[in-house]
Amino acid sequence: MTPEELRKLAESQEEARPEPRHRIKICVAAGCLSAGSDRVREALQNEITQRRLEGECEVKGVGCLGLCTAGPLMLVEPDGVMYQNVTETDAADIVQSLGKKPVERLVCPADMSFFTKQYKIVLENSGVIDPEKIEDYIARDGYTALARVLEDMSPQDVIDEITRSGLRGRGGAGYPTGLKWSTVAKAGGSRKFVICNADEGDPGAFMDRSVLESDPHRVLEGMAIAAYAVGASQGYLYVRAEYPLAVKRLRTAIRQAERLGLLGNNICGTTFSFHVDIRLGAGAFVCGEETALIASIEGKRGQPRPRPPYPAEYGLWGYPTLINNVETFANVAPIIRNGGDWFASIGTEKSKGTKVFALAGRVKNTGLIEVPMGITLREIIFDIGGGIPDGHQFKAVQTGGPSGGCIPEQYLDMPVDYESLAKVGSIMGSGGMIVMDETSCMVDVAKFFMDFCVSESCGKCVPCRVGTAQMYHLLDKITSGQATMDDLALLEELCDMVKYTSLCGLGQTAPNPVLSTLQYFRDEYIAHIVDKQCPAGVCQMRH
Amino acid sequence: MNQPVRVKTLKIDGRDVSGREDETILEVARQNGIFIPTLCNLEGLTPIGACRLCLVEIKGVSRLLPACVTRVEEGMEVYTQSERLQKYRRMVLELLFSERNHICSVCVVNGHCELQSMAQILGMTHVSVPYRFPRLPVDASHERFVVDHNRCILCTRCVRVCDEIEGAHTWDVMGRGIDSRVITDLNQPWGESETCTSCGKCVNVCPTGALFEKGKPVSERLKKRQFLPYLTMMREERR
Ligand SMILES: Cc1cc2nc3c(=O)[nH]c(=O)nc-3n(C[C@H](O)[C@H](O)[C@H](O)COP(=O)(O)O)c2cc1C
Ligand code: SF4
Ligand code: SF4
Ligand code: FES
Repeated sequence: MTPEELRKLAESQEEARPEPRHRIKICVAAGCLSAGSDRVREALQNEITQRRLEGECEVKGVGCLGLCTAGPLMLVEPDGVMYQNVTETDAADIVQSLGKKPVERLVCPADMSFFTKQYKIVLENSGVIDPEKIEDYIARDGYTALARVLEDMSPQDVIDEITRSGLRGRGGAGYPTGLKWSTVAKAGGSRKFVICNADEGDPGAFMDRSVLESDPHRVLEGMAIAAYAVGASQGYLYVRAEYPLAVKRLRTAIRQAERLGLLGNNICGTTFSFHVDIRLGAGAFVCGEETALIASIEGKRGQPRPRPPYPAEYGLWGYPTLINNVETFANVAPIIRNGGDWFASIGTEKSKGTKVFALAGRVKNTGLIEVPMGITLREIIFDIGGGIPDGHQFKAVQTGGPSGGCIPEQYLDMPVDYESLAKVGSIMGSGGMIVMDETSCMVDVAKFFMDFCVSESCGKCVPCRVGTAQMYHLLDKITSGQATMDDLALLEELCDMVKYTSLCGLGQTAPNPVLSTLQYFRDEYIAHIVDKQCPAGVCQMRH
Repeated sequence: MNQPVRVKTLKIDGRDVSGREDETILEVARQNGIFIPTLCNLEGLTPIGACRLCLVEIKGVSRLLPACVTRVEEGMEVYTQSERLQKYRRMVLELLFSERNHICSVCVVNGHCELQSMAQILGMTHVSVPYRFPRLPVDASHERFVVDHNRCILCTRCVRVCDEIEGAHTWDVMGRGIDSRVITDLNQPWGESETCTSCGKCVNVCPTGALFEKGKPVSERLKKRQFLPYLTMMREERR
């Protein structure tokens, strides 16, 4: 398929299907599905059939619309009305109101800052296209970046464009993507691999799942462009098995792309070939670590190995391997389409573009959001998130999951970028963001994440295997009023030791939740130890 | 044709040394009589960097790196004995002693255990973290050997020697984190293992009393490991 044919296909798609007068887009991503959006969809369809409106009104399943707390969500076009908390019984009213006054009781105000403060690149198609139709993606400029790359650009041009964009890895560490690509491109040998890391194991995180479920082709296109740039012809998508819907949509997407010659042999009629296979992860957090992930694809026990050598040089089966996160790949096609300079114009000096966060915890609006880098935490929590519900007080926001930290109120006006978050003892991480109010005990929060690390440690190296278990034991002593100040001193020593001696990122960052809560909420630790009480009233003291 | 071997010069603890480009810091240090403590590493087996005892500081590198897997590089400045490293090493040992039930006075290898002697060499005088006292089994189903999980430090030397040298792959690790355990075959009793050749290599490489031979007096329970470098050398010759 040439770019010319691609354009034609996109146009013919538009013509082939006469625009229905009304279109109801209902979210069928996991959040709304679990709230019953499939039943609502069926009820709407029945209603339309009964009223013989099939020709005039179409019901379409789309990806995540963002405000997951208020699901099931739907968007009515061309009226531009968004409905929230819809149930089957609302179907009749909705269909009846088409083209007339909207159903007041269901309307979700679209001028809410929840929507207006966001900036969508990665999620631009999310909630717009049907994730199971490649034609929808193509109609929204899908695969034009790949076609352009194959027609006009050398691999080096592609790498230069990505470097110019300033894109950094969205999997946690923020490594410059252009630099990683050029390292793999320079590595010798005729066999290379591209891996997409969709293991997403942070508790509460669902950014990558949402991208895969709402817009799978975007990730495939990004991978194909990367493969061309680094010289790979085989790719793997490592998805956790707990994401069956994402896997199903990816399988469909790969099949469709292959049928149109956008994946597989001789893509777009060129000499470039790229095949993508899916590998399922068994849901171990550590398998998101790149060397453990590679071991897992090789059929070995999913355990990290010391780096260097890095996968760029010695990866899958010993061959140079490019491994990037889902969201990283999802940014690639827009960068090629609009240029690296466009992307670099969004965000801060060192952190470009946008970041998707899973906003959760004690905020009014929870859900999936995409914001420009450099936005402040206050804007995210109070404007987009709508503030803390029920008159409670903001206390801290946790970013980066078990590898991150808790940020207190005094830093709310800090810009969200890689460096600023690191400076206050947290990390950008993959995008988990949990807001806490005064009813949360910070020691208990630290204990929760340590518990997670204890059960997710692979057990290979001593500091993480035994150190996290010992730290958990000490935190448990503190939260039950059994600890002494000596225990606190020991905890701090262990934090330091585990952080600097562990083999992989899991152990190296496991102490972060403890360190950051100790830094900002030390008085709470002291209250548990000296006064034997939990200021937030969460921990049960044992006497 | 053979590739020319490149030689790198570097400094370890201020001393000028040189090593082949494919050698590790640990190998070069040993050739020069510089002691770096190790536990999981054993010459002749693939190094894995798991115990973290051999961590060293390298000038200009913010992370500590394990000497057993880190290759030498031109101009490297390696420090092996800083106070910080010594403290971390003692803590690694303390964590290991706290993890399972190491009661040296009643152990079959008392006096020639690598964990015990490492504690003496590194001056670990007490264990500051609480002992965990887990309940762990002893498997004496094999006709000649015993595995006592109470004394295992999960160095996986047994797993590697069985896989890489004997080629039987009887041993593996099950579970994760603090619940990890070495197993034979698919977690069957060792005596019922179909793959075990009873060669005894695992017993000989085990650094502690976790693997031992039945019915031998303590004085004869010295572990014999000379076979490893010899086998490795012969294999490489033939390649
Ligand atoms: C314990 C651990 C878990 C990780 N989990 C993930 C994950 O779920 N998804 C991901 O993309 N990266 C994860 N990473 C980071 C990867 O190792 C790797 O850095 C990343 O996939 C690189 O992609 P990027 O450059 O696009 O960020 C994890 C790292 C560690 C140490
Ligand atoms: S730090 Fe933890 S997860 Fe990483 S290798 Fe060590 S034991 Fe495994
Ligand atoms: S049984 Fe011995 S050799 Fe095997 S892992 Fe345990 S301590 Fe190491
Ligand atoms: S000897 Fe290097 S990590 Fe164990």
